[in-house]
Amino acid sequence: MAGTLAEKVWEAHLVRRGEGGSPDLLYIDLHLVHEVTSPQAFEGLRLAGRQVRRPDLTIATEDHNTPTLDIDRPIADVTSRTQIETLRANAREFGVRLHSLGDADQGIVHQVGPQLGLTMPGLTVVCGDSHTSTHGAFGALAFGIGTSEVEHVLATQTLPLAPFKTMAITVNGTLPAGTTSKDIILAIIAKIGTGGGQGYVLEYRGEAIRALSMEARMTICNMSIEAGARAGMIAPDETTFEYLKGRPHAPEGEDWDAAIEYWKTLRTDDDAEFDAEVVLEAADLEPFVTWGTNPGQGLPLSASVPVPADIADEGDRETAAKALEYMGLVPGTPLRDIPVDTVFIGSCTNGRIEDLRSVAKVIKGRKKAGSVRVLVVPSSARVRLQAEAEGLDVIFKEFGAEWRNAGCSMCLGMNPDQLAPGERSASTSNRNFEGRQGKGGRTHLVSPLVAAATAIRGTLSSVADLDLPHEIDITTFDGTPLDGVGASPLGESVVDLPIPVAIGSAPGGSAGQPALR
Amino acid sequence: MEKIHTHTGVGVPLRRSNVDTDQIIPAVYLKRVTRTGFEDALFAAWRGDPSFVLNQEAYSTGSVLVAGPDFGTGSSREHAVWALKDYGFRVVLSSRFADIFRGNSGKQGLVTGIVSPEDIEILWKILETKPGTEVTVDLEAKTATADDVTVPFQIDDYTRWRLMEGLDDIGLTLQQEEKITAFEETRASWRPKTLPARHLPSVEIEAARPV
Repeated sequence: MAGTLAEKVWEAHLVRRGEGGSPDLLYIDLHLVHEVTSPQAFEGLRLAGRQVRRPDLTIATEDHNTPTLDIDRPIADVTSRTQIETLRANAREFGVRLHSLGDADQGIVHQVGPQLGLTMPGLTVVCGDSHTSTHGAFGALAFGIGTSEVEHVLATQTLPLAPFKTMAITVNGTLPAGTTSKDIILAIIAKIGTGGGQGYVLEYRGEAIRALSMEARMTICNMSIEAGARAGMIAPDETTFEYLKGRPHAPEGEDWDAAIEYWKTLRTDDDAEFDAEVVLEAADLEPFVTWGTNPGQGLPLSASVPVPADIADEGDRETAAKALEYMGLVPGTPLRDIPVDTVFIGSCTNGRIEDLRSVAKVIKGRKKAGSVRVLVVPSSARVRLQAEAEGLDVIFKEFGAEWRNAGCSMCLGMNPDQLAPGERSASTSNRNFEGRQGKGGRTHLVSPLVAAATAIRGTLSSVADLDLPHEIDITTFDGTPLDGVGASPLGESVVDLPIPVAIGSAPGGSAGQPALR
Repeated sequence: MEKIHTHTGVGVPLRRSNVDTDQIIPAVYLKRVTRTGFEDALFAAWRGDPSFVLNQEAYSTGSVLVAGPDFGTGSSREHAVWALKDYGFRVVLSSRFADIFRGNSGKQGLVTGIVSPEDIEILWKILETKPGTEVTVDLEAKTATADDVTVPFQIDDYTRWRLMEGLDDIGLTLQQEEKITAFEETRASWRPKTLPARHLPSVEIEAARPV
């Protein structure tokens, strides 16, 4: 029978098909754990006298609460410290692998899985975090779960799940210069709405998606949840295989060959049917920014703040008016005229090495706008190391930005990185909810390129607003492995990856990659 | 999870509709790391009011909550169910529940019975007239009895069966353990394992400092 990518992965994990109204039981390949949603799950195991069934399919990291400064000192916030200490104690007690603050493999959970090569095509991946959809970029079925479900997976390595619907989102054509995958996903959410994906697994396809790097694909799948979807997926291809090859947990030898053979079957059959379809033309896209308090309230940067009185639907009109009041915006103001106080570059959406490189290319040799605070938070410690090996940290610091340690940071403000009341940010993160980045904080979601241009000009801007030397190609990225720096081995089986050289100085290996200047 | 066939306990009339999970347990209590000990957080915003029903002696030991329509709406926080259970509630009766809350309740062994609005009104009157009246909830018969009045309630068969068997989702899944083990034996060797740990060489991470 013809099937979609999502259906194929689902079927391959069926432990038991549900009968008489009971749900299907699905096997979970990879369970990612962090400090915020796991403590009660571990306590549940303890109270029931249960063990973690498969510690070897489980991995934990500290990310949501971790500070991005002074990480070698005790964490000042008692609640944060307690949650992190609890995770450490639970990991020890139940034998779960944990990458703690200060460890080179610590980072945002959705960066740690891919960079270790644990995230692969055809897997089921879960985590007590809604942005687990990120891993769908590899052709995995990946979704966020609640605390009871975290406990369920720890105890049984399975989940009872109700079936889903499928939606194809096709992006045709080629992205214009200065636009990124972030603009694609913001445009999609604006088009289908924050509830448009409810009950669906989205599959992103089409020429524009195929042309994206793995990192850019992760950005798109990451924000599937902001459209209300259960998951987002992209069929694996050579780009996927190339990203995975040689990573610490990637299959080797015969396993690699067997994996590739299977992964190549992971595509939606030509005659398979989706429950819904959406089509976008990449050529129509521009840099997108949000103006409101949900990720669906976005517009091209060339537009103006909407005028609620012009909105026909009463519910939408009220929502828009309420959002504008919170955001402190005057209807009709050109989006380009909105000044920001803070630029945040980071998160599981846009805190990866390519994001940092693209920002560095734009800001190199410039200074940030005087009053703007610029925070650069790599998504993982490895990404930070890689950026430092490439000299990106120097570019950020010379620009006037703060170069921080890895974590979720200002994306959700559970650590000290928060907006003050009334403060306005251009943020490469994923949610612009009221108070998300700090009580009273006002968030505009943007791509890394828009964040960079905004940091230079002080108002929401795109790279088209800058007088960039045109030999700088900011839309292409280096495809070499992210990580691979360091010296002393730790752990049982360390795998060597070639150490990538800094972009711009490599005679080979980064063909077509323009030098940083 | 404990098996529940019948439960008898003091009925608490909560004459409010649209009790969302933020009212059941405010967000400030979500930072805790335990699953128990939320009893003080239940209805925290209302508990300061002496006239609030749980602050009245006769109702303070209540275990059957009789609430207005649309109980448990809003945030999906499971803490709402934990708080109700920690306080001592075993059953909530309402004419309408939010889906997620009802699902979470089923996972945690809290009975949610749907009673018609008219019957809720009858129960309220009995409980208000004679504070401290016990309500007997019979899952087998799907009825709730207070004084000499018995009213029917609805609960889906799958959840009811799980509650009566004392099966939490995990217990239920573990009945399929043979199937899980059999599935694991067919798992392809290329599929990843987190242990033994493989990673790049470790490097000391320099702590960023305030500028």
